[in-house]
Amino acid sequence: MSVHALLTDYTVQNVILGALMLGLVSGMLGSFAVLRKQSLLGDALSHAALPGICLGFLAAGARELGAIMLGALLAGALAALLVLLLTRYSRLKTDAALGIVLSTFFALGVVLLTHIQGTNNASQGGLDAFLFGQAAATLRGDLVIMAGVTLLSLILVTGLWKEFKLVCFDPGFARALGMPVLALEVTLTVMIALAVVVGLQIVGVVLMAAMVIAPAVAARQWCRRLETMVPLAALFGIVSGISGALVSTLGRGLATGPLIVISVSLLVVVSLLFAPRRGMLWELIQRSRQRRRLRHQQLLTTLYRLAERHGDHDFQSEQGLLDSYHRTRTRAALARLEKRGWVESRQQPPQNTTHWALTGTGRDEAARILASLNTGSD
Amino acid sequence: MPLGLHEPDLALHVEDLTVSYQSKPVLWDIDFDIPPGVMAAIVGPNGAGKSTLIKSILGLTPPIAGHVTLFGRPYRAQRKRVGYVPQRSSVDWDFPTTALDVVTMGLYGQLGWLRRPRKAHRQRAREALEQVGMQDYANRQISQLSGGQQQRVFLARALIQQADIYFLDEPMAGVDAPTERAIVDILRGLRDAGKTVIVVHHDLQTVRTYFDWLLILNVRVIAQGPVEAIYTADNLRKAYGGQIALLESTGTATPVVDAAQADASEAPHAPASGRETP
Repeated sequence: MSVHALLTDYTVQNVILGALMLGLVSGMLGSFAVLRKQSLLGDALSHAALPGICLGFLAAGARELGAIMLGALLAGALAALLVLLLTRYSRLKTDAALGIVLSTFFALGVVLLTHIQGTNNASQGGLDAFLFGQAAATLRGDLVIMAGVTLLSLILVTGLWKEFKLVCFDPGFARALGMPVLALEVTLTVMIALAVVVGLQIVGVVLMAAMVIAPAVAARQWCRRLETMVPLAALFGIVSGISGALVSTLGRGLATGPLIVISVSLLVVVSLLFAPRRGMLWELIQRSRQRRRLRHQQLLTTLYRLAERHGDHDFQSEQGLLDSYHRTRTRAALARLEKRGWVESRQQPPQNTTHWALTGTGRDEAARILASLNTGSD
Repeated sequence: MPLGLHEPDLALHVEDLTVSYQSKPVLWDIDFDIPPGVMAAIVGPNGAGKSTLIKSILGLTPPIAGHVTLFGRPYRAQRKRVGYVPQRSSVDWDFPTTALDVVTMGLYGQLGWLRRPRKAHRQRAREALEQVGMQDYANRQISQLSGGQQQRVFLARALIQQADIYFLDEPMAGVDAPTERAIVDILRGLRDAGKTVIVVHHDLQTVRTYFDWLLILNVRVIAQGPVEAIYTADNLRKAYGGQIALLESTGTATPVVDAAQADASEAPHAPASGRETP
């Protein structure tokens, strides 16, 4: 299929638009969930939606998206409420409560799903597509619902920006200021539930959690402020949504939802590795830089002490002596110090081995290091 | 007395306050008053309910009985006159935001719905940072600040509220000596400007030098009043029991082994585990 034919294809258009809106909304709202340490909420909400999907189907008697989404939303909300009640009134911690509620609801959903499949209802076709999503089944009507959810989240997040921010950072202070913290938290949770429900069609209940968590986690790596993190998370969501949809179209029938999740996971991996300041590579470089600086300081002070012991400012230490004293090869480090003008090398007869001596500035530097070490240990 | 006011001459009036977690009383029948313009310390052993007391005064922990008034009115009506510094360990300092941003949050209550902080607000936040000596760190990510610097940022966020009464929960826990001095100086400045300052404090050694009003708490109120009258060996022993050894000289007491410091869970090096409320 040519690019032009691709982009004018009705189904492909639907899939791309749907994936775009899903990425936008889940990236944006997921940022708040991740910062409130509720990453798994998306997981619980999506798994818990399955029995709701089935009940919605049973109630409507057909594969009617409105009823199915309503069922999913209600089941998700019920699960979220259960988690809240369990953590508040039992001795369960949030992780255990989430785990139990999630798996119970999911089990219930699978039982209902097999029951429906056993009834030989002709209209049940494709209900199991909600497990892993079926992007190609996205209709224009579905897109209208998604657009509504997206617009509503955009309005809420921009309108209640400072309230959401403070509730995520310091809910106690927010309450002391008189903000309706509970209502704000419920609003955020309901919006995330809505995002999950609209995503079920494309990504499916099993993988939907990744759409809530991954863009936010990746964006967090690159940003110092919430004001940049949320838009970046939304952008990451959009990019992975579109690229997943495109790859699936080009790849002749590869599943769209999992491809979207793989794209966003790639973004997470890249961000975890390469982001400045927070990335693992950055930390590795910092650590090796620090090690190198320490080695330089050790060499300078060794040369300084040797010179002092011999009562000779210009004392020349032999390479082998320095190697054995530091129990490692020191030539490379000494060469770097020479480039900075702190040491100089000489070929010394009769053995003609390399000898090293401190320069004037090197002596000052060594004295400075020793002085700072002494004040540090006092 | 103007209509509808209850004890308007007191900065803080607490009557019959009782708070419990799962039928275990954390605060029992608390009655105390704090006059305006004093710098008051709330001291007591671990689990005495010090933080809970502040939280229930500010409506964060619902009491099962009792009432609280600030300058004669309930807290709901006086919010704009109250500044609050929570325990530093109560928030995640890895949150993506800057020092200036955190200070600006102190204005969110005055801003109201839908309004965002503008240039003038950020200018005020800068001035508050300057007051606590943190102007050079305005754009620093908060995770990169030291414990003492984080505490100063929290204090600046309360200062920008321009309140009449300030509540601070362990502001001196886990901060370095210069920061502690700076905080005390700022709090004294507030008191000298006629504000009321109420501090949950863990270090008995410094109570007499820093404060002029004292509330000793251990689930119940043990004693309250001006520091000179209240800081006695008798009162401290009633609150701390055997946890404390006192050197007594002419009626005043000097703790030899500071109970709070000897207890690892409230030592300055472990601020995160120093919380006493779940």
